[in-house]
Amino acid sequence: MLTLENTTITLGEFQLSADLSIPKGARVAVMGPSGAGKSTLINAVAGFVPLAQGAIRWDGERLDTLPPAERPLSILFQDHNLLPHLTVFDNVALGLDPNLRLDAAQNARVTQALAETGLEGLERRKPAQLSGGQISRAGLARVLLRARPMILLDEPFAALGPALKRQMLDLVARIATETGATLLMITHDPEDARHLCDLTLVVAEGVAHPPAPTQALLDNPPPALRAYLG
Amino acid sequence: MSARRDPRIVTWTAALVAAVLILVNLGALGAVAWRAEGSAGWSAADWAALRFTLWQAFLSAVFSVALAVPVARALVRRRFPGRQALIVLMGAPFILPVLVAVTGLLAVFGRNGVMNDALALLGLPRLSIYGLHGVVLAHVFFNLPLSVRLLLQGWARVPSEHLRLSSALGFGGWARFRHVEAPMLARILPGALAIVFLICLTSFAVALTLGGGPRATTLELAIYQAFRFDFDLGRAALLAAVQAGIGLAALQLLARVTPPETAVTGLDRAAPPPPGGWATALGATAITLAALFLMAPLALVVARGLPQLPGLPAVVWRAALRSILVAAASTLLLALFAAALTAASLRHRWAEGIGSSALVASSMVIGTGLFLIVNPVIAPETLALPVTALVNAAMALPFALRALIPAARRAEVDFARLSLSLGLNARAHWRLVLWPRLRKPVGFALGLGAALSMGDLGVIVLFAQTGSETLPMQMHRLMGAYRSGDSSGAALLLLALSLGAFVLLERLIGGRDADT
Amino acid sequence: MKNPTLAAGLLAITPLAAFADVPQLHVLTYDSFVAEWGPGPQVEAAFEATCNCDLVFEAAGDGAAMLSRLMLEGERTDTDVVLGLDTNLTAQAASMVMPHGVSADLDLPIAWDDANFLPFDWGWFAFVYDTTRVETPPASFRELIDSDLSVVIQDPRSSTPGLGLLMWVKAAYGDEAAAIWQGLAPRILTVTPGWSEAYGLFLEGEADMVLSYTTSPAYHIIAEEDETKAAAAFEEGNYLQVEVAGILANTDQPELAQHFMQFMVSDAFQSIIPETNWMYPAVMPEGGLPEGFATLAQPESLLLPAEDAQEIRDEVLAEGRDALAQ
Repeated sequence: MLTLENTTITLGEFQLSADLSIPKGARVAVMGPSGAGKSTLINAVAGFVPLAQGAIRWDGERLDTLPPAERPLSILFQDHNLLPHLTVFDNVALGLDPNLRLDAAQNARVTQALAETGLEGLERRKPAQLSGGQISRAGLARVLLRARPMILLDEPFAALGPALKRQMLDLVARIATETGATLLMITHDPEDARHLCDLTLVVAEGVAHPPAPTQALLDNPPPALRAYLG
Repeated sequence: MSARRDPRIVTWTAALVAAVLILVNLGALGAVAWRAEGSAGWSAADWAALRFTLWQAFLSAVFSVALAVPVARALVRRRFPGRQALIVLMGAPFILPVLVAVTGLLAVFGRNGVMNDALALLGLPRLSIYGLHGVVLAHVFFNLPLSVRLLLQGWARVPSEHLRLSSALGFGGWARFRHVEAPMLARILPGALAIVFLICLTSFAVALTLGGGPRATTLELAIYQAFRFDFDLGRAALLAAVQAGIGLAALQLLARVTPPETAVTGLDRAAPPPPGGWATALGATAITLAALFLMAPLALVVARGLPQLPGLPAVVWRAALRSILVAAASTLLLALFAAALTAASLRHRWAEGIGSSALVASSMVIGTGLFLIVNPVIAPETLALPVTALVNAAMALPFALRALIPAARRAEVDFARLSLSLGLNARAHWRLVLWPRLRKPVGFALGLGAALSMGDLGVIVLFAQTGSETLPMQMHRLMGAYRSGDSSGAALLLLALSLGAFVLLERLIGGRDADT
Repeated sequence: MKNPTLAAGLLAITPLAAFADVPQLHVLTYDSFVAEWGPGPQVEAAFEATCNCDLVFEAAGDGAAMLSRLMLEGERTDTDVVLGLDTNLTAQAASMVMPHGVSADLDLPIAWDDANFLPFDWGWFAFVYDTTRVETPPASFRELIDSDLSVVIQDPRSSTPGLGLLMWVKAAYGDEAAAIWQGLAPRILTVTPGWSEAYGLFLEGEADMVLSYTTSPAYHIIAEEDETKAAAAFEEGNYLQVEVAGILANTDQPELAQHFMQFMVSDAFQSIIPETNWMYPAVMPEGGLPEGFATLAQPESLLLPAEDAQEIRDEVLAEGRDALAQ
């Protein structure tokens, strides 16, 4: 279980507070108006935004004191998920060994992750030679390979078309199921939330509210969410 | 953001490098001021020198950079055979020793130069190169290539996605310029202007020789006079302090007008082909004119030197070997300095400032100051070559940092979070993230450093003893002994070594297509 | 070569003197003196053959550079003998040297009685021209002013001939010097930092005449068999440059230094000078002058006493600068 205990994040004038918990294995959509702090929340969990107060725990263990890489999670950013000068294979392999010194077994695991995400034959390519969808798949292949208990998505598929985005989300769902991971994803699309997420967490007016069942929430949205959904 | 901690050795090295640079750039001035005795007055002639210094540096900067815009724009968007070689050769004037360059310029623009011969053939009057316009012409010759390089780097940082976008939206040349290129230029131009201004600020031999006499007196010449003619260290220190003050003011202004770097990185995709039509013709004209202007003097240096090369006395070859060793040592030092300060610059603002401080220092003051500092400890002439290597490295460092720090900051903005989230340690981060993003600018910076060191005729003159002559010194000596033939051979050798060192390092380190 | 590589330079923490078993004599001179084709190497060989010592030349750029190097080094200097100052600089250096105690039968166009400095060569400053381009050279400053010739000169603040020209005009014209400079200004193509740049410009054909020495054509005649260069003798007389040496007052080798000064005015040293330093020897060698010297111009001599030269330096500098800065 992921718990945010009385947390406050302060970035200049901006403040966001959260006091909530997310059950293990849940898939949570993070929704709310632009600029409300969805990314800030995700980045605080990932370790890129410091807490002003409170604590973040995973299964009762303090998380917010750990460096990003030691937190039990994988994150995909909006962009810059791949290093442009490394091949697809190496970019994915970074998930296993940051020094890229892989043994045969590890090599095989990378190859398998690439195959599972539909990237066979593209191992030697650089990101510049890939399509948008393939770039997303490479990022996901690394998430799959790392197999951390949590997956955070900071709108990595925002630039993709609806059909392609849906494909990617299905792939995310498959990976989450396969690894039993808890999923936190920012989305603007209520359909994505309904399709994929059993819970939805609304961020609005400086507060990240505890997650509620998606279906009920979207059918009968609170005022902040209603204004946003229109 | 939780920051990566640098290994302690990086921090300590950076601190040590900073201390050395402060000693070289500030300590030297301090040593001169400390030894000063006598009155340090500011005369009417000094005001005239100040005015001329500022005016010629300003004009040189404006012309160099303004002319560089069309050339860089044409180069970045055109692919033609020999483009790589052209870009490399066009960089040559900047790394050319002043003496060689002036010879080449006179062969083209001088009274008996090819340009005046051509004018005479057409029945037009001969033009004189001597005067303010000659000074500016020579400074443009030196700094146009540097400006083109700086602008090319700017263009390279326009994500090709933006260019694709402008193609997709059917932008014409003007719209593309306004929406895509102008914002980039607004970021790059102030820096380029400031750099050229600072380089020309300390001009001395060029300004005097082509300026036509005492009205072309710069502050650096006045400093030289104070040292060598009046032996008035107080005056020298005062003049140097004024010169440094102007340089610092220019740097301050630069910091204020440069908009902050924004994070846009593409995926290293190739840029789309440029639009055709009249833009093509204009671009080709810009490239041709610039190439002619920059290469004709070089070609004449080569033509004159070539027949003399086989007959060069052995001392010249020995001096060449010595110059190569000095350049190698200087490049190693530069690599150390640049690496330490680039690393430090990601955490601390002071790093870039200290690294750039040589830009505002007078080489005459640095040389004399270091002489005064080491003199009580050890006979200065025994340190001639090490001190030369050190000062050359310090002098090239501002240019190296100009190329490295923005690239490092960009890589950090783009990929630091990814690297942290994957748990790359400092070593892996440098090896896998920073180095691949930096190797091109590193190749450029070290190539530049080696070439500048090869051609430098600065502090060595103060320290030199018999048996430690470098190639530029030996060339000067040949000129001073009526041997103009041998000295043109030595000039060609120097040109070849400087350019060779530049190309070698840039290719070796920067990789094959390291043109920007 | 004492320091052939950088590594040696880095390792040379201990002065080389520590290893030498013969006394060393350090002579500070100007750059072109020690060049392979200059007098230095032959002088070193000839002196070491007789002195049982190690003659070490240190080089600074030119006379002014030597002087500032001595001042920068102060007490710490290793220099025993300074060789290559001219009379425009000796007054400034007088306090640093001691009487040389050598008497010699000098062949100078003027009388010499300086107890501190001993001449080793001399020459006249002159405007050098190319006979294929200038048919009738000017015979005075006034003729030069009235001509349409272009000349290139050196900056007096950074070059010995440049300073010499200032003294020349002053010695010839006294209070009229400023007017002469104003007349000269349009004739002056440009002013270079040093002699080599100016002479280079002249050889490139940039200017009709260059400020140099009456002996300059000898180089072209002897070394290049080129007889097209000549120097103009002026009716006012040409200013003399007398190059001298002196023993530093705080030398630790006073006897050896004196021995060197004695050697300097001997035939062995003097016969080297004409064809390496391209100046007149201070004492005529037994073999006389090389053939190429016979045709050189022989003007009247002008020379201001060293003390006067020192005294009026700032004044003549301002005169020249103001005339040329307009």
